[in-house]
This record gives sequence, structure tokens and C-alpha cells, in this order.
Amino acid sequence: MHEHPQAEPDAGVSLNLHRAAGNWARQRGVARARVDWEQWREQARAVRADAVGHMDELIDLLSRRVSAAGGHVHRARTAADAREHVIRICREVGARSAVKAKSMTSEEIGLGDALAAAGIDAVETDLGEYIVQAMGDRPSHLLAPAVHLSAAQVAELFSRESGHTLDPDDTRSLVDHARDVLRPRFLAADVGITGANLAVAETGTLVLVESEGNIRLSTALPRVHIAVMGIEKVVRDWDGAAHLVQMLPLAAHGVPAAASTSYITGPARDGDDGPEQLHLVLLDGGRSSIQGTEFEAALHCIRCGACMYACPVYRQVGGHHYGSTYSGPIGAVITPLLEGLTPDTAELPWFSSLCGACVEACPVKIPLDDQLVMLRARAAVANSAAAGRRPDPEGALFRAWAALWSRPATYRATAATAGRALAPLWSTIAREHEDGGWHTRAPFPFSHFTDGRDALGPDPEPFHARWRRRRG
Amino acid sequence: MVIEPSSGVRVQLFVTCLVDLLYPEVGERTVALLERLGCEVAFTREQTCCGQPALNSGHPVAARTVAGHFLDAFAETDGPIVAPFGSCVHMVRHHYPRLFADAAPRQRDLARTLGARTTDLASFVVDVLGRSDVGGRYPGSRDDAPVPVAYHHECHLLRGLGVADAPLALLRGVAGCTVVETERGDLCCGFGGTFSLKMSNVSVAMADEKLDRALAAGARAIVSTDVGCLMHLEGRARRRRLPLAVHHLVDLLEPDGRL
Repeated sequence: MHEHPQAEPDAGVSLNLHRAAGNWARQRGVARARVDWEQWREQARAVRADAVGHMDELIDLLSRRVSAAGGHVHRARTAADAREHVIRICREVGARSAVKAKSMTSEEIGLGDALAAAGIDAVETDLGEYIVQAMGDRPSHLLAPAVHLSAAQVAELFSRESGHTLDPDDTRSLVDHARDVLRPRFLAADVGITGANLAVAETGTLVLVESEGNIRLSTALPRVHIAVMGIEKVVRDWDGAAHLVQMLPLAAHGVPAAASTSYITGPARDGDDGPEQLHLVLLDGGRSSIQGTEFEAALHCIRCGACMYACPVYRQVGGHHYGSTYSGPIGAVITPLLEGLTPDTAELPWFSSLCGACVEACPVKIPLDDQLVMLRARAAVANSAAAGRRPDPEGALFRAWAALWSRPATYRATAATAGRALAPLWSTIAREHEDGGWHTRAPFPFSHFTDGRDALGPDPEPFHARWRRRRG
Repeated sequence: MVIEPSSGVRVQLFVTCLVDLLYPEVGERTVALLERLGCEVAFTREQTCCGQPALNSGHPVAARTVAGHFLDAFAETDGPIVAPFGSCVHMVRHHYPRLFADAAPRQRDLARTLGARTTDLASFVVDVLGRSDVGGRYPGSRDDAPVPVAYHHECHLLRGLGVADAPLALLRGVAGCTVVETERGDLCCGFGGTFSLKMSNVSVAMADEKLDRALAAGARAIVSTDVGCLMHLEGRARRRRLPLAVHHLVDLLEPDGRL
């Protein structure tokens, strides 16, 4: 957690996101027409459920196979352990410069800052990541780190870097600039640092999916390749991996295949081109604590970003306002699970209207809305415990409400009170008493509602009373 | 299962607390419609609320207290339980089994059997009664100048229960209005129960997106099946003084078009 979550609509960000989310929604239709979407989802869910359900066994198998192929495996219990592994490897191989490919796991462990602190000059090579790094910004989406920015903002940055005025509409010139900057960096780098979309346990193969080609260069040109991967990304076999490799681009962008997919089994052998060393850093980072709980399905996530584009709250506020590495619906679920419930992370399950658009979009069928509801309950318990002897007004309010509304007589009494006795109060509070019982101000807590909306006051004669009057 | 209207099927009205307290006329029109279609409508005055506000706010114990009363209220009733509010149906059908998973066998069984009996009004009319057109008239409309209306899919009905076609079929049968397609009509309006209080600004921004898209599509009214969405959307439209009326679907199914 970097910052306090702020649930504020961000007009500029929202406009950029609406464009991206609109494109995604159009492509989604195309994708679903190509395959039996529901059958594909169920198959993808089953592959991930098998992997996460047997994580320990499969991570052991993966480790043995990677080692057998000549790679080195490093287990990291915490983010700090993972950072230390990467820095140590860099030092052991005498690395001074590194190229980084897009990896949310490296964001999660704060690798960029750690490399800089260790004196290793590391540059992000994914175009979006490069942009946010150059701006001193942070990624706001799993797959599209700069989705919150406009082409004009990028053109301004690149014009400043290149000393030429670049046209925001001329994407070719923008991409050419990034290429001019990055190409020499690839050639000079001692180490390439990547994540991994998944790893196939039966052969010890890392699978990296991309659209730009920077991963291919990062894993081929430097003499050492370090991949940092969460332990939940393992899958049992190639059947499962093949399905997920097709499902990922379909869910993410509505396309049947990614531009490029790299399958890496060990370092270069027998005089082949490629890195002399392959290191796989396996991060737990709280993942194993989710295994076996009612939240286990959250570990099925393949980081496709579909739930983010689908989420109307994410569209309004953008990724940064979550204040966490992972944003959107999946971020609102896994951040409190990975980091524990703190006053900050406890806010995240509220970044949802529970509309279920994320569940519908998810290619591995994570019940994100149910998990958000369960997390709100955990947050309320944590809140109450933190309050200690101090009053817990929300808990008390709901307890009182439940006592009143679980008996018809007291329910109807409160309904009558709300309608009759409270009516003068509503009228007093309401500055303007509009037609048909609509009010511009309401008593707390409904005052939050009338901050931006008029509210309908309780009807003087509820349905129960009307039924009794007419039908006895 | 399609029941002949003449068979006088007995229906339990689950009016829901928001309809009871804020939109009692929606409850009355639901009764009128069901009776017009030949149903015998029963209403147990034991009923209160399904418990959803507490569950979605992170208070499952309070939710279970109120939901447990729902089970008691309907335990001795028979026939389909019909509600003019998809979200509350979703609560009973989707959330009750988990909420009562570790409860005593009686409650666990009731949660399952009552869930299976509970249906939203539009699905009941279209799928059970087999009536995909029940007539109705847009209030105050003329046939030569039909009012363009946008249908707002209630999230818990659309995605929670997978009901998209039944309410639209009934709406298309209403004289004096035409249904216009809005861009991304499947997007949430931002109500979300306590979300509308806790994340007020985001909730309002979502309403604005919905309202602006309805206006852009030429709609003069928004029709839905969730009185929470209705109050949120109409409240925002009133605050912005937009030329948009907001109606519950059942408001338009009255044969004479009076409101």
C-alpha cells in the first residue's frame, strides 16, 4: 500500500479510461463470438483451480524441472526476500544496467526503487511502463500501465526528451522515439528482468505473453535473465497452459492470440544465442495464506485486466486512487488479503457497487462480488476490534436495525414513524420541499445521498398500511 | 412451467422494504397486474426486509437476523413468491444459501426451498404465466407521438439472475412509447445500496454517465425494475433538472396509462 485510497471521480482519467473501456467492450463481443465463451471460461477456471489447489506440489515440481533445465530457483517468502534475491543476483553477475519488462509482481515488491538504491540502472522497456517511469508516475492498470494518460501527455513527455516537437496524432513518431531510446539499452544491459504469465510445472517452462516484443529482447539479449513470479502462476501441464495462453489475450483484448509469446525452458544451451543464466524468483508474499480459505479463487487470477475495464467504479476513479499495486475489482480483493486489513486496505472492498460486471468479465470465474461482500464483513469486524471499548456506531446501528426489522410489529412501527413522525423532520431539514415527496436534503446518514441527488422521503402510507386498509 | 391464467394461481407478494416504504404504489400496481392476469395475490403481513442492506454493508450477523425472519414469514405460505425488485430476489436466491450454510437444518432447508420459489415480477409474468405482452400504456401518451424510453438493466437482475429479455419484452408491449438503445446499457447506474452513501461522489458520477447516455440516445424516460436505481437516477435527474422521467416497469403496465 502506497497511499490512502481515495474514492473520488477523476474527470481527466475517466475520459481516457472510458475510451479504453469502450474499445474493450466492443472487442469483447468479437471475442465471445469466436469461441464457446462459457465453456472456455469453465475450462480456464478448472485449470487454475487445479493449479492453486495443488500449489505446493506443483511449485516443487516446477522448481525441480527448472533446475534440471539448468536454471536457478529462489524462493521468497516476502517482498523483501524477493528484492534481496534479485539485487544479490545482479551483484553476483556484476550487473550495472538492466532492462525491465512489464511485471506487476516486480511492482508489488517495489523492485524499481530497490534496483535504483542498489546502484543498478534499470529502465522499463514496455512502452506504457517506460512512459510512467519517465514521468515519475505509477502504472494504473495490469496490462495498460499508462491507460490513464492521453496521447497528448505522452507527446509532451517525448518532445521534452527528444528535443523535437512530436505530434500526438502521429503515433509512429512517438513509438520511434521510444525505440530510439530503448534499443541501445537492450544491447548494453547485463540483466533482463521480467515477470511470467504462467509456468508449466511438468517441463519447467516459463510462459511470457506480450504485444510489443520488449520481453523477447529482454530475455534474449542480456547475459542473465531474472524472472520474478508469484507462486500461484504455476500450472500443471501443457494442456492447461495452452488453454490459458489463448484465453489471456481473448479476455484482455478480445483477440485470439498475443503478438508474441515466449516459452523459456532454462538458459541457452549448447552454444545457442540467449542468456547464460536463468534465475526464477518465486514470490509467496501472502499467497499461501489465501490457499484453502473462502478467498482461494482470488488466486486463480491470470492478470488479464478484464475486470478493470468492466468495472464502472474503476472507470470513474482510475487505478491510482486505489493507492495499491493492484487496482480494479481484483485489486480491491487481493490487496487486503495479501497485505492484511489495515484502515487503508479496509476501504478497498467499498470500491464497488456490487454490480457484478467484473464477475461476468472474469475469464476464470472468480466470484469477485461475493468476495467483496465477505471482505466488507471482515473489515467491519476488524474495525469493531480496533474500536475496542470505544463505540462502534455502524455496528451498533445495524444491530439495532436488525432487532427492529426482524419483527413485523416493530418493522411496521418504524415504517410508520419514518412516514409520519419523521415527515415533519424531513420537511424541516429539506430546504426546498419539492413535489411528490422529493427532498433536497435528508437527515444523516441519508445526507450523503442528498449531497448529489434529491431523495424521496418515506411515504406517509406504506404498502403494508394500504393493504390493511383495503383488504383487511 | 407455464400456468394457464384461468387456473387462478396463488401468488405470494414479496413487496420488499424499499417498495413498501418509498414506492408503495409500485406494490399496488404489482398486485393489480397479477390480478388482471388471473392470479390470486396473497400478502403476508409478517414480511419485513430480506436483509440485503446489512449483508452488503459487511454486517452478516445482522443480515442473518433479518433474513431469518424472512424465512419464518414465508415458511407457512405456498405458491410462487413474486417481487417487483430483482435485487431482493437475488439476495434470497443467491446469498441465502451461503448465509445459512452453517445454520440449523430447518433454516438451511427453508433458505433453499424459498429461494427456489422466489422470482422477479417480469420473469414470473413472461416465463411462468407465459405472457410476454400484457399491454399497458405510457402515461399520458398518444400513439402518433410515442415517447422514447431507455431501459435500465438492474444489475442484480441482469447479471445476478441472468434476466435480460423478460422485462424488455413487457416494455415493448407498452403502447405510446418506443424503446431506444443506449450505449453500454448494461453498465451499473451507481446506486449499489450503501455504496450510494459511502462513495457518494463516485455513485453520482456513475448516475451522470447513465443519464447522459440516455439523453444522447434521445430518451425522455428511463424505465427499470429496481426502486433503488429509480430513486438514485430520478434524484440525480431532478438535481440536474434534466428532461428525463423515471418509471418502474410496472408503472407502464397499467392498461389505461394513468399514474
